[in-house]
Amino acid sequence: MATTSEPAVATRSQPGSASFLSIRSVAKHFGKNVVLRDISLEIAEGEFLTILGESGSGKTTLLRILAGFEPSTAGEVWMSGERLDTQPPYRRRVNTVFQSYALFPHMTVERNVGYGLAIAKRPAAEIESRVSEALAKVKMSAYAKSKPSKISGGQQQRIALARALVNRPRLLLLDEPLSALDANLRRQMQVELKALQREVGITFIFVTHDQEEAMVMSDRIALLRSGELEQVASPREIYNRPATSYTAQFIGHTNLLHADIRRGTASCGALQWSTSLPDGAALFSLRPECIRPASSAPAATGSPEHPTIRFRARLRDQAFHGATDLLRVESDGGLIFTIRTASRDFPNSEASLEFEFSAADAIPVRATSLTSISMEHV
Amino acid sequence: MFSRAYRTAVAVPPLVWVAVFLLVPYMLMFCYSFWSVSESGTIVHSWNLDNYHELLTKPVYWETLLRSMWIAARVMFFSMLLGYPLAYFLSFHAGGRKDLYYQLVIIPLWVSYLVRAYAWKTILGTDGVLNTLLQYVHLTSHPLDFLLYSPFAVVLTLTHIYTPFTFLPIYASLEHIPRNLVEASHDLGATPAQTFWRVIFPLSIPGVLAGATFAFVLSLGDFLAPLLLGGPSGIMISNIVVSLFGAAYNWPLGAAISLCMLALVLGLILFSERLEKKWSFS
Repeated sequence: MATTSEPAVATRSQPGSASFLSIRSVAKHFGKNVVLRDISLEIAEGEFLTILGESGSGKTTLLRILAGFEPSTAGEVWMSGERLDTQPPYRRRVNTVFQSYALFPHMTVERNVGYGLAIAKRPAAEIESRVSEALAKVKMSAYAKSKPSKISGGQQQRIALARALVNRPRLLLLDEPLSALDANLRRQMQVELKALQREVGITFIFVTHDQEEAMVMSDRIALLRSGELEQVASPREIYNRPATSYTAQFIGHTNLLHADIRRGTASCGALQWSTSLPDGAALFSLRPECIRPASSAPAATGSPEHPTIRFRARLRDQAFHGATDLLRVESDGGLIFTIRTASRDFPNSEASLEFEFSAADAIPVRATSLTSISMEHV
Repeated sequence: MFSRAYRTAVAVPPLVWVAVFLLVPYMLMFCYSFWSVSESGTIVHSWNLDNYHELLTKPVYWETLLRSMWIAARVMFFSMLLGYPLAYFLSFHAGGRKDLYYQLVIIPLWVSYLVRAYAWKTILGTDGVLNTLLQYVHLTSHPLDFLLYSPFAVVLTLTHIYTPFTFLPIYASLEHIPRNLVEASHDLGATPAQTFWRVIFPLSIPGVLAGATFAFVLSLGDFLAPLLLGGPSGIMISNIVVSLFGAAYNWPLGAAISLCMLALVLGLILFSERLEKKWSFS
């Protein structure tokens, strides 16, 4: 089930106001193996959308359906009012940046970039000027005459980007283009890629398994889980308001509180807070940075509708992460919490410490099965 | 790292093999080519260039060599014409049947060369399968005699025999082409035909060169097909070498021809290797 929670997009997806790219109930089966199940997604012109998911979630398959390399089993894809999925890849105004770059080894950088324009039979002078413009944009003008095997991975990545962008596609698909780069270059390319997208105004659909990358770059993130859309929202929304326990755990770290609700009060062990949810079992996500060491003033109990909940716990583990520390504590009731605090030393690990969080930060989430991420995962 | 003794132990047997069965015979051939035969039929160990002089001045030798090269060129052409589409189909469009088709192409290689050459003899002969069929359907009233004992029969037989040899390197080079290059080409607007000529074919050139070299070199030195199916007009240079070493008992002249062919073939192989390097991008 898709949980489209950004209002601006919700209006676009209404019938009548056609969005730029419309993915309608797309499914993909390989024999009996269901890779994608009923994917519906509306994408606005000029949007940077990231399809995020673990390996095997179907994200690359979805991208390949959009590019035309893979037929879908069911559903339709429309781009600005035209059916896209019935056209062969070479008729789509869609270009792809491949994970392994897929540069033609027998052509120079220049001819790689000019390939699409040469195929489109553009005049030689236009090809030359657009190629050199594209190479300048990715800062690779000096390598125009090189063969792809003579340049580094990061440089190949830029050429792959230039080769796609030079054709001025309506839609650019990027299949984990940064995954082969080392961490520093990767962060730099994230920023550059985002700036480039703003500059050219082309709709980007970016596939990655890296949630940090998705957060840094995207206007919206579409989180895929086993072939289904788990949640589609802006990075802030998806982090602050995860709809499901899977989202909460996949994007950032979280504490999942299994609570029991009775007459407007949620109880999890000894902890209690008021809620508007109906009676029964419920799951809450509480981000590690929402829990803090309790202030000494006992009066700080928060506002009446968002009370502060306090609990005593023992420090089990402390990991230094630079600006912050990640603590693992065990409450007196035996619950394990992960807490992110500003770095500081705790005097005695055996001493009982007091922590607090605001009830407003405990976000109710739908329970979705957790395949590879456990509560312990930090 | 391996010890020196180990490396020596591994290297010695093949080196001895090459020395005893390749280098020594070639050296002997080299020496023979500068000797001569006396009237009484004994080898005269006096060094001279008479054999090479005879090769250049007697038209029968270089004419036969040219005919052999022309036959080899045709075999090369036709086996490429058959081998390339076959390899392309198997590599790109055979789907799950790829392995089965591959085996079907390879199986003829397990059958003796002689059997396959004789098979063509029974097909092409005046009382052969083809002539009987043609007469039966009244396409001809009397047997066609140009089918057998002609350069045509030699080219046909050698093409049949050497097509798998051209298929294999072409298939290997096609299999090495990353499929995402084909996808990238389609993605950039190229139709399947444009993709073939701009991406697939240029990247398969090393295989094409290797296959063409195989077909040309192997047919150039062939003597069984012309012997069985060539007739007087289909004689090739190796048949002359065989007769010089046999009935004619003129080893020195045979050795001189052999060395010329060796030089020709080595030159071709070096040339094709250089071209292959120029076109390989892995």
